[in-house]
Amino acid sequence: MSNKITNRQIVCEVLSEHAKTDKNIVVLCSDSRGSASLAPFAKEFPEQFVEVGIAEQDLVGIAAGLAKMGKKAYAASPASFLSTRSYEQAKVDCAYSNTNVKLIGISGGVSYGALGMSHHSAQDIAAMSSIPNMRVYLPSDRFQTRCLFEALLKDEKPAYIRLGRNAVEDTYEEGNVPFEMDRATAVCEGSDALIVACGEMVKPAKDAAALLRQQGISAAVLDMYCVKPLDVNGLLDAAKGKKVVVTVEEHSPFGGLGSMVSQAIGASDPKKVINLALPDAPVITGTSKEVFDYYGLNAEGIAKAVKKNL
Amino acid sequence: MQNLKALSYKLRRDVVDMIMAGKAGHIGGDMSVMETMVSLYFHAMNISPENQDDPNRDMFAMSKGHCVETLYAVLAEKGFFPIEQVIKEYSRFGSKFIGHPNNKLPGIEMNSGSLGHGLPVAVGMALAQKMDKRLSRTYVVMGDGELAEGSVWEGAMSATQYGLDNLCAVVDRNRLQISGTTEQVMHQDSVKERFAAFGWNVLSVDGNDIDAMNAAFDEAKSVKGRPTMIVANTTKGKGSGVMENNVGWHHHVPNQEEYEQIMKDLKAHEEEARA
Repeated sequence: MSNKITNRQIVCEVLSEHAKTDKNIVVLCSDSRGSASLAPFAKEFPEQFVEVGIAEQDLVGIAAGLAKMGKKAYAASPASFLSTRSYEQAKVDCAYSNTNVKLIGISGGVSYGALGMSHHSAQDIAAMSSIPNMRVYLPSDRFQTRCLFEALLKDEKPAYIRLGRNAVEDTYEEGNVPFEMDRATAVCEGSDALIVACGEMVKPAKDAAALLRQQGISAAVLDMYCVKPLDVNGLLDAAKGKKVVVTVEEHSPFGGLGSMVSQAIGASDPKKVINLALPDAPVITGTSKEVFDYYGLNAEGIAKAVKKNL
Repeated sequence: MQNLKALSYKLRRDVVDMIMAGKAGHIGGDMSVMETMVSLYFHAMNISPENQDDPNRDMFAMSKGHCVETLYAVLAEKGFFPIEQVIKEYSRFGSKFIGHPNNKLPGIEMNSGSLGHGLPVAVGMALAQKMDKRLSRTYVVMGDGELAEGSVWEGAMSATQYGLDNLCAVVDRNRLQISGTTEQVMHQDSVKERFAAFGWNVLSVDGNDIDAMNAAFDEAKSVKGRPTMIVANTTKGKGSGVMENNVGWHHHVPNQEEYEQIMKDLKAHEEEARA
């Protein structure tokens, strides 16, 4: 792997750059500044940093109170806890009360690997997407993460953003990052199949398309970093004329990207949609790479699923 | 000067009319928390329809959101909306006057309804006031049954961590919750000691005595370095023997006979207060 910079480090960079001139940016952590890579922010901007201790409900409630007063609140805590322990605060204090709180779920999905199911967040997309007025974003690489946070800083609505723990290989190239807020990004074009992925699964999807190309199969890849609001028009355009759509996500098979893509395709352009996801069970022990390989959430597994269903 | 004692009984009648017309409402807690709310909106807080968007206004969160009828009555009296509109629309199809606070309505800052949310949110508001060096204050009202929610204690901890002397919380200590007495359901008799142990300045007063509530809010304003908790010792269903200390009146719509007796009792209290 060439890239060593994590997406969470980029978040710290972007927030720090803006916090110099925008004193309303406030970052909150629940004893999570280290794991969120936000310690440099806390050090540089102590007046704009709030530590709440290991108390996720307090974290989100306080963030909402700050936001109500005009602050731009960025609350970072492990996705596993943030999306469950403080779910009701996300629903009532952020989404329902419409406060400018950005919930940053760090170490998302199976990032924590061998720490087990308590630390995995394979339900966060489903949980957060089903809250009215809550948006859900899973950026794929460090370049897209920067674009996303630059865009989020400009709006005043709540959102949940899931980030992985480890550095991921670049999907895009520095200086050439196609990005439009709430519009899926076409990673590569193709004519036979469409692969739709989000978060860390975008790079393996891109690699799968390259493998398939070698075998004479043309697959398009769509980066649906905006899981909610799902870019339905972009999806339907990309799916047009394809024989199969394969979705890939680091999430439960229920209520995530696969469910939402299937719903949209089923309603407007019915065709076979295959959902690749984690199992509806505690995942096998291992690093996230070992886990992905085991369940076929890698380039080979995605390519195999496309080929089998063409 | 306005007769706030009399006003408290007049607004209780508005609440009862609201509940009769809307055929719903948490009448027992509405009655117990009335002096707290009247004292806040007519004595302690700097808030009015004219300054509702002023960043220096005082902030309020109704954590015991089910007692929204009293909040509506007080806000209507302050001029945020006409009481006739509330009585006509409360709990009806398509209404904005729903059974819990909703910030699509003027005068309401945060939505609530699920218990245990108000204190952490108020901590955030008070913290923002400190960050921006404002002199304004934040108030939050909780129920006593609500204190069983763990998030209350997360909020209590952070309020002292950040020395929020601009934060004042009230517990409407009416000693009853939906299933019985608080001591039967989940004991709260040590509420003063608990908050004191968390580092709060704690006051315990007769919460149905408007002068005592006014004095408590005044005293809280002079405390430096830590937040204040006012334990407002109240009577659930305060104002009529039909309802007082009757657990069945947590959520109850009076029948016609009960309604007439309650209104008669409330009117008598109001006249006594004016005399």
